[in-house]
This record gives sequence, C-alpha cells and structure tokens, in this order.
Amino acid sequence: MISFDVTDEQSQIRDMLVAFANNELAPRARQADEACTVPADVLDQAWSLGLVQLAIPEAYGGSGAPRSALTGALMLEAMGSGCAGLGGTAVASSLFVNPLIDLGSEAQKLRELPKFCGSTRRVATLALHESSLAFDPSRIVTRAEPDRDGWRITGVKRLVPLGEEAEDMLVLARASGAPDIAGIKAFIVPPRAEGVTIARESATIGLTPMRFARVELAGVSLPHDAILGEGRGADIRPLLASLRIGGAALAVGLARALTDFAIPYARERVAFGEPIAKKQAIAFMLADMHIECDAMRWLVWKAAAAFDRGVDVSKMAVLAQNYVNRRAIRIADDGLQIFGGHGYIRDLPLEMWLRNARMLTIHSALAAA
Amino acid sequence: MVDFTLSDSDREILSGVAEEAKASEKYARHYDAHEDEILPKAFAEAAAFPSLLERMRRRPGDDTPSVIMQMLIKIEREAHNGVPLRQAPSALGNAALGAAGTPAQQKRWGHLMLAMSITEPGAGSDTKAIQTTAVLDGDEWVLNGDKIFVTNGVRCHGTIVWATVNKAAGRGGIKSFLVLKGTPGFELVRKEKKLGIRSSDTAAYAFRDCRIPRDHLIGGDERVPQSADEGSASYKGVLKTFNITRPTVAAGGIGKALGAFRYARDHLAKEGIAVDWDKGPHDRTATEQTLLELEADIEAATLTVLRAAWLAARGEPNNLEASVAKAKGGELCRSGPQRAMELLGAMSLSHDHPVEQFLRDGRITDIYEGTGQIQRLVIARAILGYSSAELS
Repeated sequence: MISFDVTDEQSQIRDMLVAFANNELAPRARQADEACTVPADVLDQAWSLGLVQLAIPEAYGGSGAPRSALTGALMLEAMGSGCAGLGGTAVASSLFVNPLIDLGSEAQKLRELPKFCGSTRRVATLALHESSLAFDPSRIVTRAEPDRDGWRITGVKRLVPLGEEAEDMLVLARASGAPDIAGIKAFIVPPRAEGVTIARESATIGLTPMRFARVELAGVSLPHDAILGEGRGADIRPLLASLRIGGAALAVGLARALTDFAIPYARERVAFGEPIAKKQAIAFMLADMHIECDAMRWLVWKAAAAFDRGVDVSKMAVLAQNYVNRRAIRIADDGLQIFGGHGYIRDLPLEMWLRNARMLTIHSALAAA
Repeated sequence: MVDFTLSDSDREILSGVAEEAKASEKYARHYDAHEDEILPKAFAEAAAFPSLLERMRRRPGDDTPSVIMQMLIKIEREAHNGVPLRQAPSALGNAALGAAGTPAQQKRWGHLMLAMSITEPGAGSDTKAIQTTAVLDGDEWVLNGDKIFVTNGVRCHGTIVWATVNKAAGRGGIKSFLVLKGTPGFELVRKEKKLGIRSSDTAAYAFRDCRIPRDHLIGGDERVPQSADEGSASYKGVLKTFNITRPTVAAGGIGKALGAFRYARDHLAKEGIAVDWDKGPHDRTATEQTLLELEADIEAATLTVLRAAWLAARGEPNNLEASVAKAKGGELCRSGPQRAMELLGAMSLSHDHPVEQFLRDGRITDIYEGTGQIQRLVIARAILGYSSAELS
C-alpha cells in the first residue's frame, strides 16, 4: 500500500536529529572544516543519542529497534542538513555496525556488536576505495587469499573515513575468482593487526572532519571467520545498496539545507533595485532546487523501503544514487552561484557545501543507511 | 509506514489497464493520421474490459488511496501508444462546475460533457489578460470574444467560458459562464491541427453577441469587483482543481516517457544491450548509462506525482507539490522520448515504431495545465513567500 507516512518513532528520531543538526552541528561546521577534525564533545553528545546502537538487537546489548534503512535515511538526511562532515563523522561507526547486523554470522554479531553498546564512543569504519582512478567496487584489486590459518589479505585501501581513529574496520576485498561483484567479500580487519599500516591521506576536497586515511594491508593474517557472514561469506550487494542509500541521504540533507539558506538570501540581496529573488533567473533556480530536493528524497525513501522489505535492492539503490549524484551536485553548484562572489568566500558555507557535495556524490562509502 | 508497494489486487488492476491499452494500440496510427475523425464513444473491443469505475469498485478501502491508483493507471495507460477505447463522459469544464458551480447548476449540467474555454489568441498562461467580455443585459449575459485551444471542444455538449465583467478589476473581474452548443452567437470556428494528441479534439470558438440566461453564471455571484484584490470564486475554484489535474497531467507525460523508455529498453535488450546493475559507470557504455539515467528520471518524476496525490488523499494542501509534480512530468515528457529516440537511432524516426509518436503526444504535457515555467513561478512564489504581483 503506497504511503509516505513515516512511523511515530521515525518522526521522533528525525525531529530530534534535525534539532541536533541545527543546534550542534551547523554552528560548528565551518570550524570543523578548517580544522579537519570534530570536537570530541560533539561526537560524545552524538554518541549519547544512541544512533549507532539503535538497531543492534537487545541480545547483543543494543536498543533493539527494527533495523531499517528508511530510519537510517531519515537520520542521515537530518545529519546532512546540519553538516554532512560532522554528521558523517558522528555516525561513521554504522559503516561497520550496520553490515554486521545485516550480514554477520551469529558468532560475529556476538563478538563485535556488544562493543558498540556502551556509553563510551567507539569509532569504526569501512574501507572500499582503492588507488586506481576510475575505481568501482567491481574493480577491487585488494585480494584475500585463503591459507592454512584463514585468510591473507593484501592491498591498499584509500579514502577510508576516520581510518586512523577506527578500532574496527570492514575491508572489501576480492576473495575468489568469481568475476566482478560476485567475487568481492567483506572482511573484519582489526586496524592494529600486524601488517596494517594506516596514514592520513594528503587531504580531500571536502568532508574534511572525516579525516580520510590510506590503509595498507601487507599480507595481513586473518582467522577463517574474518569473512563477513556465514561460510564463504555474505553477498555484499545489500551492503553496497546500504552505502548508496546512506550517501544519497546525506546529500539530500545538504541540498535541502542549502536551498533553505539560499531562499532568504535571495529575498534580501538587492541588485538593480530589487531583490534578486524577484528575477526569474534566480527564482527559477530556487524552484528547481526545491523540486529536486523533493524528488531526490522520495527516490531515497523508495530504495530504503525496498531495502527494509528484504528484496533485491541493487537496482533501486543504483537509481537513487545516480539521481541524487546528478541533482545534488547541481543544487550545490547553483546555490553557490546565487550568492555570487559571497558564495566563493569562505565566510559563508556555500563553497564548503559545494566541496562536501562533491564528496557525497562521488565517494560511495561514507555512510550506511 | 513508508511503503511503495502495491497489493496483489492493485497490481492486477494495473495489468488489466495495460491489457486494455494494448488492445487499443492498433488504432493509434489511424487517428494520428486522420485528425479530422472523432473517436467513437466506444470501440467494439471495449466490451471485453471492465470500465475504470468497475475496476476501482472492487478495491478495499484500506488499500492504496484511490487517487494514487488513478495516477498509476494514467501512467500505465499512457505508456501504451493507443487511444481510449471508451471516451470519458466528462471534461475539464465538469471539474470546474464541480468546484465552483452551485448545487443547482451541478445537478442541471453535471451529466453533460463540458469543455473549458480559457485561452485566447492573445492570452495563454496570463489568464488575467483575457479580453472576452460578459455584460449583463436584462436577464441575459452577452458574451463577446474568441477562445482557442479548447480541449474536447468539438465533441462536448457545451463549455464553460472565462470572461471578464470588469477589465479594470484584472483577475477579480473574471467570471465563468456556461454556454451550450447551439446557442446563437456561439460558433465552432475550427478544429486545430496539432503536433500530437491528434485523437483528442481541440477547438477554436468565437462568441459574437452570444446571449445566455442570467443563471448560467457559474457560482451565481454577480458582484462586479472594482479591484483585483477582491478575488473571484470561479477563478479560485478552477485553481483548486489544479491540485488534482496537474499531477494527473504530469502522469500522462510520465506515461509517454515510460512507453518510449520501455520500447527502447526492450529493443536494445534484443541487441544485447542492457544495464548490468552490478557494474560501475566506467564499465557501462554511454547507451547503458542513458538507459539508467532515464529510468531514474522516470522513477523520480513518478514519485513526485504520487506524493502530490498522497497529500490530496489525506486532505492536506498540495498546491506546491502539484506544481512540483507537473514540473517534473513536463520536463520528462520532453527529455524522456527524446533520449529514447537517440538510443534507438534513425529507425526510431519512422512511423514503423511508436517512439516518435510518444514524443509528439507527450510534448503537450509541459504546456497545458500550466507550462513548466508557470509551475516554477508557482513554486518560487510558494517557497519565497511572494504574491503573484511580487513575482511575475
């Protein structure tokens, strides 16, 4: 039955996070962007909201809320509307936790999930990208070779969010001769294991609080059950879908916040004797920004709702991501244009939003819905 | 709970609609080539299919709201290059009568097919600029003016006509009147020849000292406003109907894009060209990427229509969302069939294939019921808090 009705619980979570994003994230966005870091108290505060452990079943110490990508998308859109960099940092551990909930074996869940249910913040991440230009998940070259004791994993992962701080990490690697995505599996890799070298990336254009890192894996030995899922490992398509939906949801939040920021400015800024908002060239840009914020959101919701039904969501997630990638970057770019020179100066958030939007619409492992 | 799935019974309804539309495809080219002909009230094939009302009657009340189903049905029907097997008994004028007519007027004329005469040679989107006048003379209104682009204007029984009773009052001076066919002074000047939707008759009218009874004023409010601020019940009544008609029109354009997309997708698949959803953009051809983006655009536009309909079903204001849907549907009716033709290459230009007709038939979506530019004006005013005078 077609409905756009979020549940009361989802609505409460969204309202709480919109307030958090407005009050705590947005005012600190610029400073965090320049400093390339997030004040610990903000992250602690975010942790105390219980977002990461929300959907961890009670059996593992979590809150036991239904695991829902739609709830995840609502949370991420709210966070993205405050600051995608801070918001992404605050829920980065979900990059590890959500795939564990979705695809982990019973033993893996018992071992890994309780660590995230305490009151002390625990940082975890996921390593997808690699050094090659024109990278795509189906082109992963990091290899996990089975050996006597388990697995040996070799390769270099790049642009790993919070790589230096993470205490737990999922690494996507090619685990068999199966072609394309079918051969890719996720591995639980302790970042302090022997053979793992982690160093900060030179820098990135945006989302700087996420402190992206390069993770080198030099024949790292892992136990048999390091492969995520039972037996020969879980199909990672649902994980990729969750990442696509998550990144898109953050981008929708950014686009909505940017549009809401541009509207009052266009009403106030006078040129040639009248507010620029009264000129159709500007008014129509704003109208298109509004139109696309709506369209993007519903597409993200549709993919998330399909994820929650447990059906194959690969196609819907690709469609949503593709659409959001095209529209969100346009909105960020047009938003800057409306502000003209002021958009280019680092006093206002427009240039930061454009840089962050560029990350959100190209890096496909920033958040798990 | 957020949900975008349909019940089995609703999916059955949609496949029934698809079957019916498919059965009408054999007539599409004939009525495209013979624009002078009017569609029969019902084709013989219609007997094999239940009416829309019958299809909808069987639905349980706790399923997807019926107004959303109507949008999906519209999309599915228009995704086939066909003609309606049965002609709808009502037209736009009926919606206006329902929104702004008195109960007595609705009872008296509701059974007729009524067209809507708003546009004039010199006034399209800017409806307050209309020149057709109505003057009360004794117990009769006297209408003078020209109307064009009247949908169903040939086959209708009568039309609702917008005319001004006081040009100085702008929009507030515009009232609507019912004029029946055969009234002296009311002339059907011609049937228009169009790029597409040729099975739909579009008329031009002339009113020359056309006298109609005093009680043919829709809504019955004879006050003559002195300024635009006073508003007009009939004008506002028509604007209200846009909240459903705009998403419906958008659904039509989306359907045409969907039909063109399906045709391109299915024929390309026969050539071994299809999107592999596991592959990344670097492993896709430009053709595959276009197919993917077109499908994403269709999904996005469809969802804006469903959103507007969902709000309407809940009785919530949806003026803004109706325009969002119309803007998206309007954009897609152009870019969708265009891209489908580019995907298929030169033979898609031929009447051997339906895609070129999808383009011609769909193209109207971004024009009637408010152009894409008008929708953006409506949206911009809403988000900026501007009146129509402040942003025009």
